[in-house]
Amino acid sequence: MTSETQPIAKTPSQEMRSQLLRSKTFLLGNLGVAFWAICAIAPGLIVNRDPAEQNLIKKWTHPFTDGFVLGTDRSGRDVLSRAIYGAREIMFIAPAATILGVVVGVMLGLMMGYLGRVVDDILSRIIEALISLPVILVALLALTVLDAGRATIIGVIGFLFAPLIARTVRAAVLAERNLDYVRCAELSGENSLYVMFVEILPNIFGPIIVEFTVRLGYAVFTMAGLSFIGFGTQPGSPDWGRTIFDERTSLLSNVWWPSIIPAIALASLVVSINLIADAIQGVVDK
Amino acid sequence: MARYVIRRLGLAVVTLFILSVVVFVVASVLPGSVGRAILGPFALQESVDQINKELGVNGSLYSQYFRWISHAIRGDFGDSYKFQGPVTDYLASAFWSSTKLAVLTLIIVVPIGILGGAIAALRKDQASDRIITVTGLSLAVTPEFAIGIVLILFFAVKLRWVPAGGSADGSIIQQFKVLILPAVTLSATLFGYIARMTRAGTIEALAADYTRTAELKGLSRSRVLGVHVLRNALLPTIAVLASQMSYLLGGLLVTETMFNYKGLGLLIANAANDRDIPMLMAAVFVVGTFAMIMTLIADVITAWLNPRIRFGSHV
Repeated sequence: MTSETQPIAKTPSQEMRSQLLRSKTFLLGNLGVAFWAICAIAPGLIVNRDPAEQNLIKKWTHPFTDGFVLGTDRSGRDVLSRAIYGAREIMFIAPAATILGVVVGVMLGLMMGYLGRVVDDILSRIIEALISLPVILVALLALTVLDAGRATIIGVIGFLFAPLIARTVRAAVLAERNLDYVRCAELSGENSLYVMFVEILPNIFGPIIVEFTVRLGYAVFTMAGLSFIGFGTQPGSPDWGRTIFDERTSLLSNVWWPSIIPAIALASLVVSINLIADAIQGVVDK
Repeated sequence: MARYVIRRLGLAVVTLFILSVVVFVVASVLPGSVGRAILGPFALQESVDQINKELGVNGSLYSQYFRWISHAIRGDFGDSYKFQGPVTDYLASAFWSSTKLAVLTLIIVVPIGILGGAIAALRKDQASDRIITVTGLSLAVTPEFAIGIVLILFFAVKLRWVPAGGSADGSIIQQFKVLILPAVTLSATLFGYIARMTRAGTIEALAADYTRTAELKGLSRSRVLGVHVLRNALLPTIAVLASQMSYLLGGLLVTETMFNYKGLGLLIANAANDRDIPMLMAAVFVVGTFAMIMTLIADVITAWLNPRIRFGSHV
């Protein structure tokens, strides 16, 4: 075999993968996301106290006291358990909303970029109007009128992200549509749907993955914000945004742990997601 | 240039129309009538019909939209359900409070963001670049309330330098003390974006031919950086600043709630929690319009700074 002496040529995607695996920020980010994913799927593995169990006598127990590693909140609930269980809602809703947004956005973007002209003009104007609006505001407007259940919040965030994703995909499609391989497929008589989804889509996978990770970070950001002002989660839920709102006044009594701990948890999740996004972007852009 | 501005204005009017339809549709067409949303799921249908009629949300959607928008254009958004007074009065005072907060935020974050980005670009790939970039990115994605609560802990609770929240009344110094923590919170979120764009713009400008020409002409380093590099680097920064205005405005919602500061953000959060639909529609419409105007201004400034557009060639 002669291949031992020759360096094996890597395909672009293999090259990207090996670059990513060498990136410290990518690995650190994945570690963080994996930790919170485990907390969301199996919180019982990490903590054994019930996050809802109240004990008013032990209200505001200091960290490392009476077996409460991170202390207790205003109702004597275990802050550590609540921080771990607090990942559940957001780790389900944010990815679901992002997937919805990416699916809708990719379809819109492909149509705008490939079909062009009229479709593009009309959709572009609508998208421009939607983009100028703060996402969290429109989400709030919709959640006020609709019932604020899980499906609604996923739908609302997903559809509000779709235009942003569509814009990125559109730009990527425009760069591809006049390339030879697309022309070739068209000349051999393939229909538009085939060209869009089978020919172009695999070639713009890079920007879509970047967009997915970036949007996932924003979905967490948006969901946390909505939860903080009282939408999307039930009262008493250990969700971080809601907990910070409920416990923020304890700060004034110098009791920091019930609100600062979930804030750290939330920050660690969004920063992890964005380290991944940043690393992927760095590799895709090269 | 004039042609560009006119075209851009025309586009803004279209955008505004779509915006008004979106706000109206979201608030009125989605399942569940306005009356039902106010009275709750257990109210009698007659009471729901009655309140719908009182609020003018009966009749065809088209006529409802027309009634709403024709009043809205004249600054009449109807009466707040909760306060029983004209929405516009509440909106105006909240808008003023939010403007103070937004202006202070921009005064803090724009120079620091540009400076941070420029330093990162000049020390590209060194430790200080990584620190600025990663810190900026991390702050940008952390929800405002998570940053705000840490600031409150240190500066309001531990050090007692400033209050933990409240309204900005009284002397300038008192107002500043109330405003500074929320403004720093919002700045933290915006810093990363501004620094990132300035960094990218500066790196590009440093590598450009005109920079090399300027250096070869023997201009001093500071003159090259100030006149040739920064001027060109700031173009994309202005664009990103404008696109971030809607995040700044969205950030007000959470930040003002955190600091209990009576601006547009808190007004909207309360209106949503109270299901005060006229107030909510008006506030979202006003914020959306404002975000759009900022985008428009930024586009025009960008165009003006770009000779290719200023001198009339089609872009």
